[in-house]
Amino acid sequence: MVSLLSRIGRVALDQIAGMGRLFLFLVAAVFQAFRPPAKIHLIIYHIKTIGVDSLSVVVLSGFFTGMVMGFQGYYSLRKFNAESWLGSATALGLLRELGPVLSAFMVTGRTGSAMAAELGTMRATEQIDALYSMAINPIKYLVSPRIIASLIAMPLLTAIFNVIGIFGSYVVGVGILGVSSGSFFSGMENSVVFHDVYSGVVKSVCFGLIITWICCYKGFNAPPMATGVSQATTESVVLSFVLILVWDYFLTSIML
Amino acid sequence: MIRVANLHKSFHAQKVLNGVNIEFATGKITTIVGTSGCGKTVLLKHLNALLLPDKGEVFVDSVDITTLGQRDLYQIRGKFGVLFQGAALLDSMTVFDNVAFPLREKTKMSESAINKKVPERLEQVGLGEMGHKFPAELSGGMKKRAGLARALIMDPEIVLFDEPTTGLDPVLATSIHQLIARTHADFGFTGIVVSHTIPQVFDISDYVAMLANGVVEEVTPPEIFRASQNPIVQQFIQGKTEGPIQVL
Repeated sequence: MVSLLSRIGRVALDQIAGMGRLFLFLVAAVFQAFRPPAKIHLIIYHIKTIGVDSLSVVVLSGFFTGMVMGFQGYYSLRKFNAESWLGSATALGLLRELGPVLSAFMVTGRTGSAMAAELGTMRATEQIDALYSMAINPIKYLVSPRIIASLIAMPLLTAIFNVIGIFGSYVVGVGILGVSSGSFFSGMENSVVFHDVYSGVVKSVCFGLIITWICCYKGFNAPPMATGVSQATTESVVLSFVLILVWDYFLTSIML
Repeated sequence: MIRVANLHKSFHAQKVLNGVNIEFATGKITTIVGTSGCGKTVLLKHLNALLLPDKGEVFVDSVDITTLGQRDLYQIRGKFGVLFQGAALLDSMTVFDNVAFPLREKTKMSESAINKKVPERLEQVGLGEMGHKFPAELSGGMKKRAGLARALIMDPEIVLFDEPTTGLDPVLATSIHQLIARTHADFGFTGIVVSHTIPQVFDISDYVAMLANGVVEEVTPPEIFRASQNPIVQQFIQGKTEGPIQVL
């Protein structure tokens, strides 16, 4: 009984210590982000890897998400003779919820996992130790620019996801199911307010931070071996997904 | 001058260093030898505080670096150049950019001055024409040479070599040893080499230190080391399986 309790206690203490290290890692990365000199060229490079390189997958997933919303929305709204509200339902669903969450999932899968694998490999091949030994802070060089880049790239990707998604819903609703183009857009115009757009932007910024924070932490602290890198990559994706959904719940409840 | 005093380090339940005491002579090359897994690299990583000890001190120019804050530590690390076992080149950069990296990050040197200094260093390690290549395009020996060029680019006072010839054939290993000896003669740094390539490494060493059972057994010039009466040293030099060193 005592040994069981001590084992539970040890696991609990390990978890708390792990959360503490995770939080301190974020504090260090944010602190280094504000310390000069700014790594502008690295920030631009990572905006490209997080933003531009994720564009195709975000566009594709946004288009098909919008098309599915077109079909499902039409099916539900027809029961209430409210097909003309399809544009409004699609826009609100995408702007407030699906756009930020799904584009965050796409970026996690496309870029977050690559971040964890890259930093994990750098740890295993002593490249991070090499930075320390050259008196260069690896958190400032490797992590802070990625965090800043994700804060810039994520809202832009989400905006593109939203626009493409609305277009996908328009193609299905107006082009295939015969909803009037005028009612599709006028319904959207009447129901969407600035707060809907704003809450989506806030969510996308938070999700961008979560993705780079978790994926960089897992990669940075990966055990220096092949299985360590693969384990870090898997854990970073799973933990990012879970935290995105948990944080989405809290943000939605605050900003509804 | 670097001095290690009563250094202890464990990883979980495994004791690796168990009271290491050693002094590295300034301007000389000291080679640390010992069996695989005896803690040579662990000791080396304590010298520029890449690892911190459980107990004990590491003095660099009379400053105990185990107690320093981050800012002072980075200043001390500026005295060091390190050649890692796998060279640890940043694989997203070309060889030129890898060698230029510390200059760009740690100095205000102009690009034109960098464009002059980096090719000089690459030439000194025999990679004059390889600056445009990425690490993945280099052989093991070339990577070590590029790593050495990067370790020397800031004209460090102390250079740490972590198994510089591991994984290389005997010809390449000799060429790396010669390169270390030549650059040492050119730059006059304090060199600390971790190696088990004996007896070849004795040719470039001013002192040889034997690490076994978590302590330094002996630090002597190579010729005295070879003739040592210490059974641990003799077993290691002769590569015997029977003796005080336990073979797992």
